[in-house]
This record gives sequence, C-alpha cells and structure tokens, in this order.
Amino acid sequence: MMQSTFPILSLAIWIPIVSGLLLLAAGKSLSTNLVKAAALLAAGLGFLVTLPLMVGFDRSFSGMQFVERAAWVPHYGIQYFLGVDGISMWFVPLTALITVFVVIAAWQAIEDRLFQYMAAFLMLSGLMVGVFCALDGLLFYIFFEATLIPMYLIIGIWGGQNRVYAAFKFFLYTLMGSLLTLVAFLYLAIKSGSFEILAWHQLPLDLDVQVLIFLAFLVAFAVKVPMWPVHTWLPDAHVEAPTGGSVVLAAIMLKLGAYGFLRFSLPITPDAAQQLDWLMISLSLVAVVYIGLVALVQTDMKKLVAYSSIAHMGFVTLGFFIFNELGIQGGIVQMISHGFVSGAMFLCIGVMYDRMHSRQIADYGGVVNRMPKFAALFLLFAMANAGLPATSGFVGEFMVILGAVAYNFWIGLLAATTLILGAAYSLWMYKRVVFGEVANDHVADLKDVNGREFGMLLTLAVLVLLMGVWPAPFIDVMQVSVSDLLAHISVSKIPMPLPGLERLTP
Amino acid sequence: MTLESLFITAALPEIILFGLMSGVLLLDIFSRGGRPGLVHGLSVFGLLAIGAWQLVMTSDAQTVYAMNGLIVADSMSAFLKGSSAIALAITLVYSRQYVIDRQIPVGEFHILALFALLGQFVMVSANNLLTFYLGIELLALSLYALVALRRDHTISTEAAMKYFVLGALASGFLLYGMSMIYGATGSLDLPLIADRLASGQADRLVMVFGTVFLVAGLAFKLGVVPFHMWVPDVYQGAPTAMTLLIAGAPKFAAFAIVIRLLVSGLFGVAADWQQMLIILAVLSLAVGNLVAVMQTNVKRLLAYSTIAHMGFMLLGVASGIVGVETLGAVEAYAAALFYVVTYVITTLGIFGVLLMASSRGFECETLDDLKGLSRHHPWLAGIFLILVFSLAGIPPTVGFYAKLFILEAVLQAGHVWLAVFAVMASLIGAFYYLRMVKVVYFDPAKGDYPISGTLTVRSLLAANGLLVLILGLLPGPLMAVCLYTIRMSLAS
Repeated sequence: MMQSTFPILSLAIWIPIVSGLLLLAAGKSLSTNLVKAAALLAAGLGFLVTLPLMVGFDRSFSGMQFVERAAWVPHYGIQYFLGVDGISMWFVPLTALITVFVVIAAWQAIEDRLFQYMAAFLMLSGLMVGVFCALDGLLFYIFFEATLIPMYLIIGIWGGQNRVYAAFKFFLYTLMGSLLTLVAFLYLAIKSGSFEILAWHQLPLDLDVQVLIFLAFLVAFAVKVPMWPVHTWLPDAHVEAPTGGSVVLAAIMLKLGAYGFLRFSLPITPDAAQQLDWLMISLSLVAVVYIGLVALVQTDMKKLVAYSSIAHMGFVTLGFFIFNELGIQGGIVQMISHGFVSGAMFLCIGVMYDRMHSRQIADYGGVVNRMPKFAALFLLFAMANAGLPATSGFVGEFMVILGAVAYNFWIGLLAATTLILGAAYSLWMYKRVVFGEVANDHVADLKDVNGREFGMLLTLAVLVLLMGVWPAPFIDVMQVSVSDLLAHISVSKIPMPLPGLERLTP
Repeated sequence: MTLESLFITAALPEIILFGLMSGVLLLDIFSRGGRPGLVHGLSVFGLLAIGAWQLVMTSDAQTVYAMNGLIVADSMSAFLKGSSAIALAITLVYSRQYVIDRQIPVGEFHILALFALLGQFVMVSANNLLTFYLGIELLALSLYALVALRRDHTISTEAAMKYFVLGALASGFLLYGMSMIYGATGSLDLPLIADRLASGQADRLVMVFGTVFLVAGLAFKLGVVPFHMWVPDVYQGAPTAMTLLIAGAPKFAAFAIVIRLLVSGLFGVAADWQQMLIILAVLSLAVGNLVAVMQTNVKRLLAYSTIAHMGFMLLGVASGIVGVETLGAVEAYAAALFYVVTYVITTLGIFGVLLMASSRGFECETLDDLKGLSRHHPWLAGIFLILVFSLAGIPPTVGFYAKLFILEAVLQAGHVWLAVFAVMASLIGAFYYLRMVKVVYFDPAKGDYPISGTLTVRSLLAANGLLVLILGLLPGPLMAVCLYTIRMSLAS
C-alpha cells in the first residue's frame, strides 16, 4: 500500500461536495450567469485535482495507491480509508470529467432552480468519486447510498412527465439491493473485526456463507448495473431524467454496480462466484441478446440508448465472470468506453431535445440537412455505440469476446451477436433521425450546434477515437491489478481442516 | 432516619425542576396570564440550565441510591434527564407561536409540560416499582390534560378521551404485573427482585405471568404493536404542539424504564421478555411501515412511523443477552439509546417544520398541505429533506447510523433473519418517506405559502437539521457517550 503525502482523493471527493453546498447556500442571491460560472469552476477544479492521479499512478504496482487513512468511529472499527488501484483509478477522472460536461449541458436547458440543479450534480459527483475510492466497507456504503438522494431529486424535480414514478422506482430498486448488502457488510465486519475491504478479501468463509453473501451483493450490484431481470428501473429513469441526469446515470452510476462486483463479489466470495458463474453468464447473455433485441424496437431515443446501455453492461458482467485476464480487462475498458459513448449519446439526444422538445424517433428525420456538424459527431458516437473498430466501443467488446471464446466458444458466439444487434439498433435509429428528407417544419427550423455544444461533443469524440486507436494507457494501468485479482480468486477461501490433522490421517 | 441518609442530593434535579415549575406557576397566576413571553422565557431558560447541568453530570460515574433505595442517580439518569430537559425546551420554543395563535392558554401549557417532565425525571430515576408507577402516572396525566387543552376542538377532545381510556388500561396492566412480581419475590425494590430471581427464590410461573403484564403495559406506553391503537388517533387528534410533546422527550423516559425494569430488575427472566420484545418489534416494524404507506395525514403518518421506529429500537433491547452471555449487552443497549436520541432529535425537527408551516388559521395536517414548500421556502424544505431522510435511515444522516448500530447488535446476537426482516421493513418505510419528499419537492406549488417564524425558531430549526447531518458524519462522540452511560449504569 502506498501512503499518499497529499490528500488528492479527499480533494477529488470534497471539492465538488463543498462547492455544491456553498452553491446551495448562496445560490438564491446569485445571478444565473454567476451560478453557471461558479458551477463550471467547481466542476473544472474537481477534474483538475484528478490530473496528478493519472500522472503519478504507478503502473507496476498492484496494490492501493494514494492511500489516506484515519480512524472515524473507532469503537466499531470504521475508518476514513481511501485509495485507488488499477481497477478503480480511471473512474475518478472519468466521473469528474463527465460532471464538467453535465454542467455545460445545463447551460441553457435548465431554467428552473438552476443553482439547486448544479449543486445536486456537484455533490453527486463528489459522492460517486467517493464510491470508487472508499476502501472501508461502511464508507463505501455511505457514498453508495448517499448518491441516491441527489439523483432522486434530479429526476423528480427536473424530470419529464412521468418523473415521480421514475424517481421512486429508481430509489426503491437501488435501496432494496443495498440494504441486503448492508446486512452482508455487517456480517463480514463482525467476522473479521473491521470494516476494511482489504481485510474482508483475506477472510476465510464457508461455501454456504459465501453463497449467501454473494447473493446479497448480487442483488445490490445487479440492480445498479442493471442486469436482466432487475433492469426495468433504468429505461424509466433515463427517459424521465433531464439530460444531465441521464448522462450521469449511464456514464457513471451504472459503473458503481459493475465496480462493486470487482471490489466485493469476486475477491470476497471467490468460491461462490465460481460456483454461480453459470448464473452470471446466463444473465449477462440474456442482457446482451434479449435486451439488444428490445432496444431495436424502441420508438423513444432515450429509451433506445437506455436499453443499449443494459446490453453493453451485460458485456461488462460477462467479462468479469469468465475469469480470465482478457475478460476482466475488457470489461473494465468497456466500462470506461461506455462512460464516454453513452454520455455522448445522451448529450446528443439532449442537444436535439433542447431544440425540438421531443424524444420520439418518429418526430425526426433529415436532421443532417439542418445540422451537418452535429450529424457528423452524432454518427461517430452511434458507430462507437455499435462497436466499430477504431472507436473505444470496439476495444472492450473485442477483448471480452476473445476472452469468452477462450472460455467457451458458444458463449463467445452468442456474445458476438452484440456487434450485429448493436449496429442494427444504433445505426437504424441514426438513419431514421438524421438521414432522409426533412421530415417536418420543426426539423426545418433546427439550428446547428453552437460553440459550447460543439466543443463539448468534440472533446468526447476525440476521447472516443483516442481510446479506440490507442487503448494502451488504459490497459497498462489495470494490468497488474487485474492479474493480482485473478490470482486471488483462483485460491479458495473455504477454510481448510487444520494442517496438523491432515498429516495424521494417512 | 436522618436527612443525610435520604441522600437528598440524588433527587436534586427533580427538586430544582419542581422549584422552576412553581416559579412559572406563580408568575403565570400573578400576571393573570398576561406575560406569556416571561412564562415562556423562564421555562425555556430554566430547562436549558437543568439540561446542561445534567449533561455535564453524565461524566460523573458515581451511582447513588437515595430515599432508601426508591430512586437511583447514575450516569444514565443524568444523561436522559439532561436530554429530555433540553428536548422539552426545544419543543416549547417550536410550539410557542402555534400555541399563542390557537388561543391555547400559554401558562397552563408550560406548567403541564413541566409536570410531564417531572414525571419523566421520576421514571428515569426510579429504582422501585412504585416509584415507576408514580412517574408514569404523573407523565400520563399531564399529557391527557395537554391533549385536551384545546377545549373547543372536538377532535382534540376525542383524542384525549381515547388516550385517557387506553392509557388507564395500560396502567392497570402495569399495576397487575407489578403485583404479581411482588407476589413472586416479596419485594418492590428492583435490586431485591433481581437478587431473589437470581437465587431462585421466586416462583417462575408467577414471575413470567407478571413479566407478560409488565411488558404489555410498557408496550402500551411505548406504542408498539399490538398495543398501538391509541398512537395514530392521539397523534392526529392532538394539536401539533401536544403531539410533539408526546412524541419527543417522553421517549427518553420510556427507554429508561425499559432498561431499568427489564434489564436491571428482571434480568433473571431475560430469555422470556427478550422473546416478547422480538415479537413486539417484528409486529411493529411490519404494521407500522405497511400502514404508514396508506396515510395521507402527516401526523398520522408520523404516528405509524413512530410505531415502526420504536419496534426498531426494541430490536436493540432484545439483542443484549444471548443465552447467559452478556458480552454484547452494553453495545446493544447503547445502540438502542443512540437510536432513541437520534429519533428524538429528528422528530423534534420534523414537528418543528410542521409547527412552523401551520401559520395562523392554517393547520398543516395533510401531505398536500406541504405542497410547494420547496418553491417558497427552500431553506425550510431543505431541513425537512434532511430530517425525513434521517427517519428513513439513508446516509449521510444520523438515522443511518442509528439503524446500523441496532443491526450490528442484532447480528451479534445471531439473529441474521431478524436483521434481514428489519432492513426489508425499512425498505417499505422508505416509500412513504420518499412520498413526503415528493410532496415537498416535486409537486407543483398552490398559491402562496405564508410562514411566520421568529428568528429564534428559524435558527433553532437550522441547527436541528444541521445536527442531524453533523452527527451523521461524526457519530463517534455521541456513541461513546451512550456506551459510557450504559456501561456505568449496568456496572452498578
């Protein structure tokens, strides 16, 4: 473990949260422009403090880095314990970066209670960074749960027609899973005497206990990912949430669940994970194939991208549970890439929604005639969503497919259908929305993206291409941590009979 | 018997409180009710002084038995007396405008509230079954009168009637149980009862019978299922200020009697009453949370939520002793105490918001009455949000830690499925708490929303909301205090 001399992670967590709180306190008296400037400054600052993380990360070291540690509730062994390894590192800057985009996307779209909107997203950003950095189980849980409050308010206050239903569904689904996890956490804490996640990794557990804990984790993280069949909250939440909410949901929040599998399920209950891998693989394949088909028939753009997110996340979980290096690395790469791509897709839909106030595919057609710059960028993201080579979407999917083929050819084959399905739903939607004749007067009135929107989308486009052609920096970071994790999983945690006794029996 | 052997100092808090009460009474009589401000100020500052003094005394580890063992003064009693005095002071500050607006006699309101507190003090310090009864009745009679104080209001009167009849029934239960315990052990003194139980001199069957009645009586007073029928009606029917008086400070005293009677006195039959408490807790969690989902009246909703919360608290009390092991006892009871403290802090704030939202001629009763609060008063709505999430047990509010510590105790005692049940009940509970947030934040506002709150009330409410948040970030010190007082009081 590498102790940090400078609390970078704490800053990455608390700068957005504190600035969000300040914005809430002062917001009423500030002018709209000042609120925007302050929010952008805070989000930018939150991203800047994560730069040393990317520069200073030791790629050859598999343990925790930038560690900060302090006693918190000593009587119960709860600590303020932060750190990142190769698995979690990229998500910290990703979260901070997406928050910057969210703030920019809200520039004109949000008029009602702008300062509360910005404050909610800033706080949410800090909390999500906290989830990725927490190395104390309870600290993780607190960040994990606390993210529900701002997101609930974001969907409920700034959402669409059916926002109350979506907000409730989002909150209660997630809470159901996490409450069971809390019981599992407490059980582990009582067994091991501390809330340290790393100590839980070493804790020997009987198989039946492992299975129960694995299932408790599964409920929480499967809801968050989301995996079929507990995915139904996501399309609702996506459709009703404002653009920023959808972006954060797709780009970051879904990753909290996948990250949970890597940090908790696999290393704490490796034997149960291997016992139940058939379940996880089947659920993942259902997500890839069935949800891919469901995405095909959607008439609402946001819903379509929501279903495509579920399918892509199915890839991630598939990668995790085939237990080879390609699979897990591919899954993580897919998580990062999906953060960029789905975020960009929702931003694109937001750009059109701000102008037309409709998300129905049928209301569009021929957008390219009026918004050529936008159409070009949108095409790139749709291609990336479909997993076209040279975009970031391809790298992760390809790695997972390779891993899956190595594990079992038929699983690999089924997983590979995503390349067809993904291309079908992404490009078909693109065709109906963008190409063709100008469909109606509203489309005819469209104006192309302004400088702010163009800059935002262009940055994401560059990132998507960069990651597509040169994924090495991303993979380098996680290499040693992932092989370490795999080595850890391969050792059974079921307590052995005492070695002395073994020797006595012939 | 000399004065010294009575250890009159052990009863000093009660005596001083009685002095304060007499002062308030005289002030009110001689000003012919013309100086409500002075009556209010004297009560509040007197209570704050007593509360601060008692909280400081919490660190004093000495346990003193006084009046020939009728009362006991220890760290726990100091902590609970201090907390309930301060809780009552806050209640009075929140209620002041409400009471004046509705022409409820201010003097009587304050004096009865102080009488109720005296009853709580006696309960907290009681070491003898009769002292308990005395304290419970003093508290209950004052509360009956308080609920009925708004004479021209039929619903309040009806609530008072229900409260009185059912409360009297509960008192009967308690007395009956006490008489059986007296019959079995030949003593009313808790330490003596514990001794005779331990040495096996008591008739077990009679003891268990007596315990059943005692627990039933306590369950009535706590308001847990199936003895909860009065809670929703009284909460809804009583004027909001009185509801807060019932819902807030008395919970400390209720906790005290549960610990003193069951843990200190009836330790020998712990296996029996723990099972009863678990049943009560499970029923309360289920019924409280399920029925609350259907409520549209805020006060009634909070009543059912209280039932569920008391059930959760009882889970902690029921998890202290495993077989003959008492290793986790301190943690379990401290968790329950922590739960009570956070519950009272949060409830004070919630009712504070409701009292403030009920301006002159407008009663904030139904959920719809809260519509648009966030639009017109974002600051008040923000506090409400924090408090409601604390009741729901969502981090980073202190309500989360309260539930966490209880769950930890339950798991320590080996009741994994009980813990799973409790969290599932909380999940149902989250639904109606979310609905409260929804009404405040998501629903469109209807017209304007006049609120008249003095600066004192506003700043106190803000402090109350912040406290819930700060304790949620740093629960350690409060938990340490709870552990300390419980350890000290169990050691003696």
